[in-house]
Amino acid sequence: MNSLPIDMNKLTVNLLDRMNKYVSKYSIKQWDLGATASTDSSVQVDHGIAKQLKGSQRSSVTIRVWNNQGLVGITSTSDLSDAGLQKSVHGAYEASLFGNPNESPQFSELCKAPLPKLERPLKKLLGIQNILEILIEAESSLLSTHKSISSVPYNGISESNYQRIYINSEGANRSLNNTQASLYLYARAEELRKKPRSSGSVRLALGVEDLDIDGCILEASKRTISHLNYIPIRTDKYLVCFTPEAILELISSFSSMFNARAVIDGVSLSERDSIGKKISSPIFSLCDNALHPSNIGATSFDGEGTPTQNITIIESGRIKNFLHSEATARSFGVKPTGHAGMGAKASVSPDWFEIGRSKEHKNKTNNLNHRNSNEEFVLIESLNALHSGVKASQGSFSLPFDGWLVRNGETISIEAATVAGDIIQVLNNIVEIEMDSIVTHSGISPHVWVDGLSITGEA
Amino acid sequence: MVLFIEKIPEKDVALDSFGCHWQTTLESLLARGRSAGADFVEIFLENVDHLGLLAEQDSITSVSPSFGKGAGIRVFLGKRDGFVSTNDLSANGLSEALDKALGMLSLQVQDSSLFSFEGLGDLTDFSTQKKLWLENCPKLKEATQTILLATDLLDKKGKHLQARRGSYSRIWQEVLVAASDGTFSKDIRLHQSIGVNVLAADREFRSSIGRRYGSSDRPNDLREWDPDLSTREVCESADKMLYADYVEAGQLPAVLANKFGGVIFHEACGHLLETTQIERGTTPFSEKIDHQIANTAVTAIDEGSTDGAFGSLSMDDEGMKPQKTILIKNGVLKSFLSDRAGELRTGHPRTGSGRRQSHTFAAASRMRNTYIAPGKYNPEDLISSIDNGLYCKSMGGGSVGPTGQFNFAVEEGYLIKNGELSKPVKGATLIGEAKEIMPRISMCANDLDLAAGYCGSVSGNINVTVGQPHIKVDSITVGGR
Repeated sequence: MNSLPIDMNKLTVNLLDRMNKYVSKYSIKQWDLGATASTDSSVQVDHGIAKQLKGSQRSSVTIRVWNNQGLVGITSTSDLSDAGLQKSVHGAYEASLFGNPNESPQFSELCKAPLPKLERPLKKLLGIQNILEILIEAESSLLSTHKSISSVPYNGISESNYQRIYINSEGANRSLNNTQASLYLYARAEELRKKPRSSGSVRLALGVEDLDIDGCILEASKRTISHLNYIPIRTDKYLVCFTPEAILELISSFSSMFNARAVIDGVSLSERDSIGKKISSPIFSLCDNALHPSNIGATSFDGEGTPTQNITIIESGRIKNFLHSEATARSFGVKPTGHAGMGAKASVSPDWFEIGRSKEHKNKTNNLNHRNSNEEFVLIESLNALHSGVKASQGSFSLPFDGWLVRNGETISIEAATVAGDIIQVLNNIVEIEMDSIVTHSGISPHVWVDGLSITGEA
Repeated sequence: MVLFIEKIPEKDVALDSFGCHWQTTLESLLARGRSAGADFVEIFLENVDHLGLLAEQDSITSVSPSFGKGAGIRVFLGKRDGFVSTNDLSANGLSEALDKALGMLSLQVQDSSLFSFEGLGDLTDFSTQKKLWLENCPKLKEATQTILLATDLLDKKGKHLQARRGSYSRIWQEVLVAASDGTFSKDIRLHQSIGVNVLAADREFRSSIGRRYGSSDRPNDLREWDPDLSTREVCESADKMLYADYVEAGQLPAVLANKFGGVIFHEACGHLLETTQIERGTTPFSEKIDHQIANTAVTAIDEGSTDGAFGSLSMDDEGMKPQKTILIKNGVLKSFLSDRAGELRTGHPRTGSGRRQSHTFAAASRMRNTYIAPGKYNPEDLISSIDNGLYCKSMGGGSVGPTGQFNFAVEEGYLIKNGELSKPVKGATLIGEAKEIMPRISMCANDLDLAAGYCGSVSGNINVTVGQPHIKVDSITVGGR
């Protein structure tokens, strides 16, 4: 699995020729196409023995066509043979007959605009046997860090080469090729007459050789051990400090607040006229920065060929921009922002959030710091079950979490608890954003403090 | 007959449907794998035709058909396995994928080999009565009309509705499994699901309610669906929950309604009874066969044969007919759900539970139709036995963590006061650990019913059924505000 999956230049020419041939049967003048191809290898181990080794070679094509009434149809296939592609064109044409006359996407006005330059050099794929050895060693190192760590039940290392193209009938031609590697280690620790405890760590990099393996082992071990001694927490309202990972998870779960698609559909907490309105504490700012150097999975264009970018969403507590596809941008009278998928109704999603202090608070001194605060507070390390505990359209959440109760400088793990609230209240009750930004695998943020959050414990 | 390695035959491979014409190709691949020293080789071929529809307010906003083919090849050596998936179903593509899987286990094809392959048996074809299923499903026009009727009914029945959605998904899947133990089986599956969702909003009050209905192997399912009943249920729930207060957190007795209430057993206990959890060392029940792990009121079953249920199968993704597995009988653990790898690694015999989302995943032990058996009480008996508690009429999703902690969102809840249902409450989450909660299920009513759902786990997202009668949990942590 070391070779590149497909020669994308060849594939682009090949697809262009075949598409022009097949769409002519239906008198289709306008079409676009997104194609992906990837090779992946991944392994999991169990006490030094390879548990499962996995590889895949995938390719798929998504085709959009505009029929002579301007209605859009879409289809996708993993069958790139002539028969597969013809079937897909036919499927897209058939779907176009049921296209939505009230809202038809068009080509992005930026689909031929210059792309941002991303410094993402392709890294060598090491091959499955080599990554297996690395994982076996990492598992062994993690097990040896503490006598109570008995297993690493969830672990994996992977490497992949991913290629993508976007072409359309007006000559847009985008392509990219990325490599990516990941490592995750979730350890389980158990002590006599105590509940088993688990925690872990994740690292991403452009290639396996760049993975911070030691850091991942150290963090997984430190986190797991820190939960060995635990106490139940009484149900009450608490001052809470979110780690960067946790606050990014929470904000991402409510990203429909900044999503123009959701606004138009009436399922967002924001409305069309929310731009400029106050949504959070004035010290809070939020960007979606697809181009951040630490965003390993960065792409230079979205599903409609629009260049990706760094865009401010909240500044000084006020909404500054929504995220857009071509269709939503047209509806709002702005330019697309590079956050679209490809669809008859294109989805909109964020890339990589960057949370920080707003400009006027940038240099103000911290009142609260998770390392040395004398306040009693709950430090939330990570949130769980986001898919079931978040009601994005209502703004409410009730989520189990892993974390610690910090009292008089002493930190002790919380046995089991949930945190519940309303996202708008959370944003408005932010009382501190620490100075130091920390890069995580899903974005960048400092520790963020929120007052008066409901926590349910078993005490 | 012992097969020898030869050039993998190309002919017929491009035919649309899977069947006996694949036999020579597959036998050659399996022989090649065995000759390299693999203990066991399995090839899973898949052909998928999917249609997704979305209606919002009064328009069809998305029609998204998709098609695909692919293969997953798995090779075992001892207890280890290598798995490779590919979209390339040409003889060369499959051969390359097999060689990669072999290479993962440091195996290479040999010119001469001690390992033999006796050939595939006769094709066990579960699809003979299913050839016309795809053709008999509603066409696009009919499907769009039905879903638009549903969003129109939502508009007529609902109050303060800000968003109305109806969706339809039809997945037709043809699969063929061939393995070096002679397994050679084919099936056609058909899964359809219909979803209705609303968001009600009035000033600062909001409620969002959704329901999903699903079936397997019933081409007429959409035609037989009752949009009037479904939309009425959703609108009534949204209306009741719109002005509901947030629930106060605490320890409470709870009654969980039937149908999707079964998600609690699915998440809290069912996953811990899959052999994949034994392999990981993440189930507290691994050494508990024939031990009391639940209240004597609890008998729990997992099976793949209920007619039309969303999790039913004629064969699992390893070619085995699904069995009816009694997991817990009167509170005593009787069985685990096992697949081929689970049997190999844990010793628990296969139960026809090897399942996967698609050819890109290796099969793993997964649930099918999982439910708690009915008891002797009327649902009202359970409610009247509680002075101060929570009635969970409708559950949202949930999940279980690596140490067995579970949580479930309650979509529609009511307080129970003095043995009667009281005011609606929202924002509740049920939290606990399976081994602590199972002994607290003290009463089961006599109204078992099933509900369709999707389950995401190690081998991807699969369709399942959850179910139960009304049950009473003596005490559970309720997360709230």
